[in-house]
Amino acid sequence: MIHMEYYLVVSTIMFFAGIFGFFYRRNLLAILISIELILNSVDINFAVFNRYLFPGQLEGFFFTLFAIGISAAETAVAIAIIINIYRNIRNIQVSKLDKMKH
Amino acid sequence: MEIVVFYILAAVIVVFSVLTVTTQRILRSATYLLFVLFGTAGIYFQLNYSFLGAVQLTIYAGGIIVLYVFSILLTSPDGDKIATKLPKSKLFAGLVASLAGAVLCIFITLNHTFPVSRFVPGEIDMKTIGFALLGTEKYQYMLPFEAISVLLLACIIGGIMIARKRG
Repeated sequence: MIHMEYYLVVSTIMFFAGIFGFFYRRNLLAILISIELILNSVDINFAVFNRYLFPGQLEGFFFTLFAIGISAAETAVAIAIIINIYRNIRNIQVSKLDKMKH
Repeated sequence: MEIVVFYILAAVIVVFSVLTVTTQRILRSATYLLFVLFGTAGIYFQLNYSFLGAVQLTIYAGGIIVLYVFSILLTSPDGDKIATKLPKSKLFAGLVASLAGAVLCIFITLNHTFPVSRFVPGEIDMKTIGFALLGTEKYQYMLPFEAISVLLLACIIGGIMIARKRG
């Protein structure tokens, strides 16, 4: 049997890889990919806690299910916004996005 | 056997999630994200949550990655290179922040004593999931289900409204 902590270590590394990408990347789509990594690692935690600590219940299971659905919706809207930005200023680098200030 | 599978999955997830954020080309980044999502689905299968693994594979790997690839191809005309380089200080700051956070979290996780884990192998049958998802009693999830369906409808309308061409 695998200890629960191993899963948590894997998901922690994935979470902080996402955080690093969020700081480091300058492309809007790359930032969105980093957010996907963060959401995914939290989903692993929910499933692992549910299976190991409360095996008779289904809370973590459904939280993961709903989190997957919500992140799909969030990605769709964010990509629509990014495509609209690209259509207006022909660029999706963060440093070029200063038109909305005025 | 189970432990070998877990180590393979863990290695795939760690390596590809680091590659996702460090590679210079954004299309490769999306491909590595696909491998990370496959690894996560493998972990769900290993925890005996087959339904969750199937949902992960269909929605994430089947839907979201395709959306990413299409939008990358739409918005990166001059190759998929990352155009601007950050100054070294920003890279250093991000690296220090994420490494410090990761070390701290792993340290706390390994030192904390969790309640006694009772791993009960065995699949949840589909009937239990269905009744819990569409029931209205305690520990049943009709209301969040309906809220998510309204959210998805709002997202469809919002996506069309934002992304359509204004004539």
